[in-house]
Amino acid sequence: MSDIRDVIIIGSGPAGLTAAIYAARANLAPLVIEGEPSSTSDQPGGQLMLTTDIENYPGFVDGIQGPELMDTFRKQAARFGAEYLTAKATQVDFSTRPFSLWVEDEELRARSVIISTGARSLMLGLPNELELVGHGVSTCATCDGFFFRGHTIAVVGGGDSALEEALFLTKFADKVSVIHRRDALRASKIMQNRAFANAKIEFVWDSVVSELLGTERLEGLRLRNVKSGKESDLAATGLFVAIGHVPNTALFAGQLDMDDAGYLITHDGTRTNVEGVFASGDVQDHVYRQAITAAGSGCMAAIDAERWLESQPHEHHIEATTTDW
Amino acid sequence: MAEGITTLTDATFDEEVKGSEEPILVDFWADWCGPCKLIAPILEELATEYGGKLRIGKLDVDDNPAVTGRFSVMSIPTLILFKDGDVATRLVGAKGKNQLRQEIEAFL
Repeated sequence: MSDIRDVIIIGSGPAGLTAAIYAARANLAPLVIEGEPSSTSDQPGGQLMLTTDIENYPGFVDGIQGPELMDTFRKQAARFGAEYLTAKATQVDFSTRPFSLWVEDEELRARSVIISTGARSLMLGLPNELELVGHGVSTCATCDGFFFRGHTIAVVGGGDSALEEALFLTKFADKVSVIHRRDALRASKIMQNRAFANAKIEFVWDSVVSELLGTERLEGLRLRNVKSGKESDLAATGLFVAIGHVPNTALFAGQLDMDDAGYLITHDGTRTNVEGVFASGDVQDHVYRQAITAAGSGCMAAIDAERWLESQPHEHHIEATTTDW
Repeated sequence: MAEGITTLTDATFDEEVKGSEEPILVDFWADWCGPCKLIAPILEELATEYGGKLRIGKLDVDDNPAVTGRFSVMSIPTLILFKDGDVATRLVGAKGKNQLRQEIEAFL
């Protein structure tokens, strides 16, 4: 059995790594269970690992690449003593203190836990969708855009993520159809203006994808107009889906309070229903979902955890009574 | 590059893969691909771990369109395990070390 940590952070996006920076500077020697490689947003660094230019994160006049920003966060926390475990938490037990967390067969124990497991992109949920991943269906535009040079492709969704992908993909594809189930976009005005001004982007309004055509590889999409009910086929050899997110909270089912959509419920800052367990970032936020708000709530979680640890009677070894942040 | 890892190109692919006595796991990658970077150190560890039983090959899709096209790679990283020169299994997307181990061990 391992030593008892003051704090373990699960997740390593902007929320988890900001919590790590603050916890490390409070001498809490945080361990970050950072996740495992994948080609979805469920990977070390989180959703920003799959994005290109981030233009709205304060402090970067000319913007910054998502992976580069997360690498900076990670190094900054390491500089103050944060440690990383490149693995996924597989089980937690918050019923007794210290809390137990498992990574495969290894049990880790901590006096407090900060959950920043974020959210992952939804897929369409169509029958042959998974089989076609790697054969036209992609979960990572920045990885796979290259393979669609000269192709006609489609992006599903109407938010900033969808338009960012569509604009990125126009570097390669001849034509990008953005398929949206409504007749207006949710995306920010600046992204809408860029997309409307791009001659390679065409919008298909009020429509959803009802079928993926092709067996060995994607050949087209069957679309259904939600207003008229009419179906039509669209030729496309590539499909990128950006229709929203679901929180990564299956690990905490039955132990932490969640809303109907599965987001963790927090109160009084970042507290969950279990004393000593805190949550920050997209795992508890379906409203703002920005890198900067995730980072801000990660900072809050670290401060909440530190103050809560200080208030506990037992023998944990924080020396200072307050930290000069 | 770590021991047990071979850089493959359009020119050397057939000779290296068809002529390989051990199974060879070929990583189709490119330097702009974030998830490819995440699995690079894992592949180096696997090369050491399975030394003598498995070879690892790396093919940069940017410079080697012929082999990339021949295997219809449209997403990276894609890992294809070749045994006796034939495709034994194909893994699309980055994965953790344990999962990779499980996926390839059946073929070793």
